[in-house]
Amino acid sequence: MGPFVPDLISDQLNLVVALLLGIAFGFVLEQAGFSSSRKLAGVFYGYDFTVLRVFFTAAVTAMSGVVLLGALGLLDTDVIYVNPTWLLPAIVGGAIMGVGFVLGGYCPGTSVCAAAIGKVDAMFFVGGGLLGVLIFGELFPLYEGFYHSTDLGAITVFQSLGISQGVFAFALIVVAVAAFAITTRIERKVDPNGAPSLQFPVGSHRAAAAGVLLLGVVFLILPDRKTALVERFSDPQYIAAHPTAVMPVDELAFRIVDNEPNIRIIDIRSANAFTAAALPNAVNARIRDFFGKDWIPLLSPRHVKKVIVGENEQEERTAVLLLQDLGYENCTALEGGYGAFDRAILHPTGPVSTGSRWDADVNTFRAGARVDILKKIEESKHAVKVVKTAKKIQGGC
Amino acid sequence: MNTKYMNPYLAGVLLGLVLLATIFITGRGLGASGAIKSLVVFAVDGVAPAHAERSDFYGTYVGPGKDSPLKSWLVFEVAGVLIGGFISGLVSDRLKVVTESGPRIRPRARWFFAATGGALFGIGAQFARGCTSGAALSGMAVLSAAGFITMLAIFGTGYAVAYVFRRLWI
Repeated sequence: MGPFVPDLISDQLNLVVALLLGIAFGFVLEQAGFSSSRKLAGVFYGYDFTVLRVFFTAAVTAMSGVVLLGALGLLDTDVIYVNPTWLLPAIVGGAIMGVGFVLGGYCPGTSVCAAAIGKVDAMFFVGGGLLGVLIFGELFPLYEGFYHSTDLGAITVFQSLGISQGVFAFALIVVAVAAFAITTRIERKVDPNGAPSLQFPVGSHRAAAAGVLLLGVVFLILPDRKTALVERFSDPQYIAAHPTAVMPVDELAFRIVDNEPNIRIIDIRSANAFTAAALPNAVNARIRDFFGKDWIPLLSPRHVKKVIVGENEQEERTAVLLLQDLGYENCTALEGGYGAFDRAILHPTGPVSTGSRWDADVNTFRAGARVDILKKIEESKHAVKVVKTAKKIQGGC
Repeated sequence: MNTKYMNPYLAGVLLGLVLLATIFITGRGLGASGAIKSLVVFAVDGVAPAHAERSDFYGTYVGPGKDSPLKSWLVFEVAGVLIGGFISGLVSDRLKVVTESGPRIRPRARWFFAATGGALFGIGAQFARGCTSGAALSGMAVLSAAGFITMLAIFGTGYAVAYVFRRLWI
């Protein structure tokens, strides 16, 4: 499962990968004509829409790949770098760059590519870029507050629009195809004899447009794998039809008191509830964490019984079903959830009748277990409980 | 000998696949302005190390125990862009020292405006945390809100001011 950094590819090797990917990037940019400032500037004057065609096609291709690989479970989209949004700085910075694009006729990537084939104006652009960063750095205190303002975090565009990923991907493809068709007409009007689009084989372009629209329709019906699995196992009917192992509270209490090494308590309640009160040596997790690679070492040993502790048994059984589906064995829910354990063992309101002739023994056991487990909880508070959480990959310029 | 450019849609698909491969292998996108920033940070740190470490901007990247700013992913990637662009120019017979400009502007003026445009990109890319490649294109690929906002801001402003600067290009 991708990405391969940092687990399969080390930081050092990653630099070699960067060089190779950069070579491919530079080669394609140059072949596309991005080493020509007149071609690039054409997008703003209507005589050459190459920039829009290449840029939009590349964005749609890469986005489609990310969505498809994510849906197939081949790419862990929860750890890849999603550019964080600083709303106002992004708008102001984009506006400054927009003026720079019209004045300079390049953007940084294309200027490097154009300088490589001898374009003198591109060399001036790169020099200007260095100067610009220096000016920004020297005057940084003037706008440091603004630079850090309106920090919205790594939000996705479809979340902020309140629609699903599939609907957004479909809409983007429709917009792209429409933009290609409209700009081709504009281009031919502005320059009836020399428009680059006059060279196009029209038939194959129409076929490509139909194909990419079809792909868009696939996105509409393609569910996100993680969400789909969690939803399926959250369905009460599905849970009722698929019983899972359930551990009684007294058994868990006994195993904790017994210092049994081969149990692992995984608490899926919220971080707040977990911090407020949790079982000894429990680890806290969100259900979606189980998809990640970081949990494999903890979940995969078969001889260790994984006890899932949640707010209620329903939620625990969802987690157990998901873990089983992901290939982890020896997982069990806790009877009645954390609340039942708390009421029976940790903070009972009084002796409880279980209806059997062993009532006295049960109550004796629970009283002893309470003292022992509360002591263990106190001790484990000082220990580090957090499992290595999914490490976000650092990226960006 | 082939000086014709590639079909833009084919080039777009290839560019998209390069970007997708980057995300799949490394978990991050492509970029360009970050390498320019690393060069500047490296230079400032070389000339005035105390000044660089005190600064809230340069100080993030330099200081005791930190790798050289040049040992960054984007510096190596942009070095690759230089090589890749050169190879492409070589195979398509486009290697030529030349200044490209609109029909109504002299080379010196073109140089001035190219440098000014570059400077604006240098400044703008810091605010937006990336340029057309790192923020807009790579951001759009991972469906980041910032990617779409930056893309719209760049091209929207470009169209808004294009008429004012039309003498530069047409």
